[in-house]
Amino acid sequence: MAQSIQETQEELIEEFGLFDDWADKYEYLIDLGKKLPSLSDDLKTEENVIKGCQSRVWLHAEKQGDQIVFEADSEAVIVKGLISMLIRVLSNHTAEEIMKADLYFIDQFGMSQHLAQTRSNGLLSMVKQMKNYALAFSAK
Amino acid sequence: MTLDIQKIRADFPVLDQQVNGSPLIYFDNAATTQKPKSVIDALSHYYASDNANIHRGIHALAERATTAFELTRTKIKEFINAPSSDQIILTAGTTGSINLVAQTFGRANFSKGDKILISNLEHHSNIVPWQMIAEEKGAVIEVIPVDERGVLDLEAYRNLLDTSVKLVAVNHVSNAIGTINPIAEMIQLAHVHGAKVMIDGAQSIAHLDIDVQALDIDFFAFSAHKLFGPTGVGVLYGKRELLESMPPYQGGGEMIKEVSFDGTTYNELPYKFEAGTPNIADVIAFSAAIDYVNALSKEALFTQELALLAYATEQLSTIPGLRIIGTAPEKIAVISFVMDGIHPQDLGVLLDKFGIAIRTGHHCVQPLMKRFELPGTCRASFAFYNTFEEIDLFVKALRRSINMLQ
Ligand SMILES: Cc1ncc(COP(=O)(O)O)c(C=O)c1O
Repeated sequence: MAQSIQETQEELIEEFGLFDDWADKYEYLIDLGKKLPSLSDDLKTEENVIKGCQSRVWLHAEKQGDQIVFEADSEAVIVKGLISMLIRVLSNHTAEEIMKADLYFIDQFGMSQHLAQTRSNGLLSMVKQMKNYALAFSAK
Repeated sequence: MTLDIQKIRADFPVLDQQVNGSPLIYFDNAATTQKPKSVIDALSHYYASDNANIHRGIHALAERATTAFELTRTKIKEFINAPSSDQIILTAGTTGSINLVAQTFGRANFSKGDKILISNLEHHSNIVPWQMIAEEKGAVIEVIPVDERGVLDLEAYRNLLDTSVKLVAVNHVSNAIGTINPIAEMIQLAHVHGAKVMIDGAQSIAHLDIDVQALDIDFFAFSAHKLFGPTGVGVLYGKRELLESMPPYQGGGEMIKEVSFDGTTYNELPYKFEAGTPNIADVIAFSAAIDYVNALSKEALFTQELALLAYATEQLSTIPGLRIIGTAPEKIAVISFVMDGIHPQDLGVLLDKFGIAIRTGHHCVQPLMKRFELPGTCRASFAFYNTFEEIDLFVKALRRSINMLQ
């Protein structure tokens, strides 16, 4: 059985807990961003763009069996690092699990001020969009 | 006069703080400037001692508030050398002033096929109001192009001018890249063809000497918050015959002479355009900002800013892969730049962690970004209270951020 959304969040909190220095945290995030595979160009459509971000962010979702699989990309690497974490937490779960998910891990990084509150990085829009996909798939 | 920068910095309380563990370096002055303590004090003094509605009361507080409010108008008149205080209309900001002209002058004067010339450098605030009235009136907007350096193409401007042009609306200085436009020459050319000229002075008011009469400007707009004053206050200067011939903008109290159900007669200038209770406190506090700038030598302030610009340009040019966007020979202290392979937002996020405030994004000039085929830039914009040492720290933090991202 795959890891639960909560377990993945705990795992991320632990990973980030290893760094006390903001620069190390950001370097790790940048690294995650660089490692996340790019979205293929045919998925970088206007429809897949998430509004409300200063850099362009694309999100694609697909249903495989009863699970939803997310792929995403951004022009900005720090945002891409954030996306990478969201995908790790939410991808490969059922629509119901995604809709119910309480994403508390962001607040625990000591980075939440940047990650959650500024509208321009679009993290909140991204979470909302992922949940919308889940809702749409569950209605089908 | 040489400036004592440390003494000046002490006048701006906000500058003295730590952000993310480092001393704040505020390089976002084109977005809004910081406020000297005298402005902050004036604001709280007003509410603590004088608060009253103006122009109507006969009691002592109303009298004091009205006098202080009108004194700001007089100071603004002197600051831009307008012929008379009643040509100074108080608005909510540059955006408010431009919309006022579009909805009154534009409504009365534009008709089908008329042209409005704007430039490729304009802020959305000097584009959208014209689009709205143009659409309503069937007028056409044409755009003066810019070259690679971000300089307006004056040859193209000359060719666009003809008698169908009713208005030229351009900024004095570009907020995104700092270009100073040759408005004296542009105004003269427009007038030859009978066109009026609206100058968006949002970015010039704090950094250049403005004389609306010497420049023969028809309409001039700016925001107090970009001149070390409070937010929520703007100015529209207009030539008397234009303001008098324009219909009122919003209806309400203040702007009327007499109201009956058969009809209403309007108040005279400037009140005709100032419906409702204005932003009294902020207007009054703005006075302190004008005093502050006047007490220092403007020339010394501008010299300091240009020295900062030259130094920052030189330092940034040593970073491999960094490209400065906007290399006009005449610029104010604004530097826009991009870095090969790095998104501006990433640099902005990391610089903030070093306590450095710059702006990233499209700077409300999407058509200009499109012209340069960029999604956005990083912009550092200086004021006289910034220092060479801050530029050194900024460049160091920028190098470190680039390293982290590459
Ligand atoms: C050139 C220019 N025009 C207009 C504006 C709009 O000013 P405000 O938002 O104060 O109305 C700005 C502000 O950024 C500007 O830089």
